[in-house]
Amino acid sequence: MMHNTVDKIEYVSFLEHKGRFKGLFSWIFATDHKRIALLYLYAIGTFFFVGAILGLLMRLELIAPGETIMKPQTYNGIFTVHGIIMIFMVVIPGLSAVFGNFFLPILIGAKDVAFPKLNLFSWWVFIFGSVLAIASQFMKNGPPDTGWTFYAPYSTATGTNVITATTAAFVLGFSSILTGLNFLVTIHQMRAPGMKFFNMPLFPWAIYATAWIQLLATPIIGITLLMLIAERLFGIGFFNPDLGGDPILFQHLFWIYSHPAVYVMILPAMGVITEIIPTFCQRRVYGYKAIALSSVAIAGVGFLVWGHHMYTSGMSNQARWFFSLLTFVVAVPSAIKVFNWISTMYKGSIDLKPPFLYAVSFIFLFIIGGTTGLLLGSIATNVQVHDTAFVVAHFHYIIFGGMGFAFFAAIHYWLPKMYGKMYNFKRANIAWAIIFVGFNLLYFPQFILGFQGMPRRYFDYLPQFQTGEVISTIGGIILVSGFIFMVYNLVMGVRKGEPAPANPWNGSTLEWQIPSPPPTENFDEVPVIKKNPYDYI
Amino acid sequence: MANNSSHITDYKVLTRVLLVLMFCTFLTISITSYNLAAFTVTIALLIAGFKSFLVLSYFMHLKYESLLLRILVSIVFVLFALIVLITFIDYSYR
Repeated sequence: MMHNTVDKIEYVSFLEHKGRFKGLFSWIFATDHKRIALLYLYAIGTFFFVGAILGLLMRLELIAPGETIMKPQTYNGIFTVHGIIMIFMVVIPGLSAVFGNFFLPILIGAKDVAFPKLNLFSWWVFIFGSVLAIASQFMKNGPPDTGWTFYAPYSTATGTNVITATTAAFVLGFSSILTGLNFLVTIHQMRAPGMKFFNMPLFPWAIYATAWIQLLATPIIGITLLMLIAERLFGIGFFNPDLGGDPILFQHLFWIYSHPAVYVMILPAMGVITEIIPTFCQRRVYGYKAIALSSVAIAGVGFLVWGHHMYTSGMSNQARWFFSLLTFVVAVPSAIKVFNWISTMYKGSIDLKPPFLYAVSFIFLFIIGGTTGLLLGSIATNVQVHDTAFVVAHFHYIIFGGMGFAFFAAIHYWLPKMYGKMYNFKRANIAWAIIFVGFNLLYFPQFILGFQGMPRRYFDYLPQFQTGEVISTIGGIILVSGFIFMVYNLVMGVRKGEPAPANPWNGSTLEWQIPSPPPTENFDEVPVIKKNPYDYI
Repeated sequence: MANNSSHITDYKVLTRVLLVLMFCTFLTISITSYNLAAFTVTIALLIAGFKSFLVLSYFMHLKYESLLLRILVSIVFVLFALIVLITFIDYSYR
């Protein structure tokens, strides 16, 4: 057994710890939160790669009008499965399941989550749901062609594998609920002595707010998808007007979950950024309580704004007015965070290391995504750009520019802690530049295309849109190249990188006070917390 | 900051709660034989809500938990009510 040495104390890291099982079984039956986090990382990384390839295929199809590399029905299947994989298998669980699992217990001074076996079970449920989702692409009736939103009444009638795909989303929801429940109990019950809510680091605060959404909102999509399955199997008229159902009811139920789900994706991302900025500025977080409570405010108000996805659905005018108002309200706590991050940087000793580059990019892209979101929250402009490429651009600026860049920031920030190895900074910086350029080249033209009237999810388009589509496709190729280069650098870092010290970034939170990689139970003695987590100037 | 204190509820209390729950179930079924028009669903939901309150309070020990936890669970119900209310802003005016 290989032993690590930190400050002349020998210890066995969680990577080398020998438990009941050996080899692969020591991973897939592990109950250690850090091993489970890595299981999620490898699974989600693989799904992200598959989703990205599907996205690239869509971009290649759209490089010229007419049919280029696939048939229209294949295109419909690919954008649906791209959405299902990216939303349900990558961005919803991504930060919470990987970095929440790895760092939440450490950041609050705990030895593990409250229910380690339930944590492992959640991963298995996640894998089962993911296998079902991928299987829906290849089964007899062809991939689902409804889009990831499964809108009724089309989803009640199409002959494709909708039942398999919705069952997959249903199963994946269970994993999300169980993980959220586990984190809530962990935060309530397992904080280190002296750690009150208001001297808890801000990443756990974000995970806390996220966990509430996972616990409360996910059952709604579960029930909705069960209703859809029941309608398809037994002809019960929930949503199909021919059977006496209401298709707008499906949209209500779907978005009651799926809008808060956007916050499941973005709140942990905001938590990651809030950890990185003070470390790389060596500054105390500006407005600690405002950031902490804004996470809760986003989670709370975010529950009540779902109708802004439905302005053109035939919903009543009064409801549209109400949802528009609340949508503008939810922008306030998001803006509070942005102002506080920038204020934290003010007069800081800024160190432009790769995690910070990704964090600053996050702020830049999130501002673009957020402000274009207000355009969509306003009823009049929404009607103009609804279901156009503008929505695709806005959505990807929030989800990929937000959650995706935060994920990349997190992996560059915490990888030395997770594996005890350091990656190459120069290559990381180059990869960041390629990804940043590729991302903007891919998605920014879609704002313009949307304004010009290019619909989303269309296989074909008029020649007037081709310039924008070509630029977008070139951006997609650059983005995927940058992504491959980034993964190469990280993998090389883990395999052949220099050993990482316990605290390579001079961070002040608890994870930097333990060895890299951490021992199985994190702490020899449970720490007693006596100070603010961001103990800088 | 773990709070490991726990409360053991007397069997007599649990039995009484069980009886009340059974009575409520009987009541839910009985009122279906009366024509209460628009109030049929409302009354059924009120009884179901009361039953949930009893289960949460006694069987799930919420009555003996900290004020913070009771507030958090209460917020969940407020949220649920808000979601139903907001949905009906659409249905009432459509």
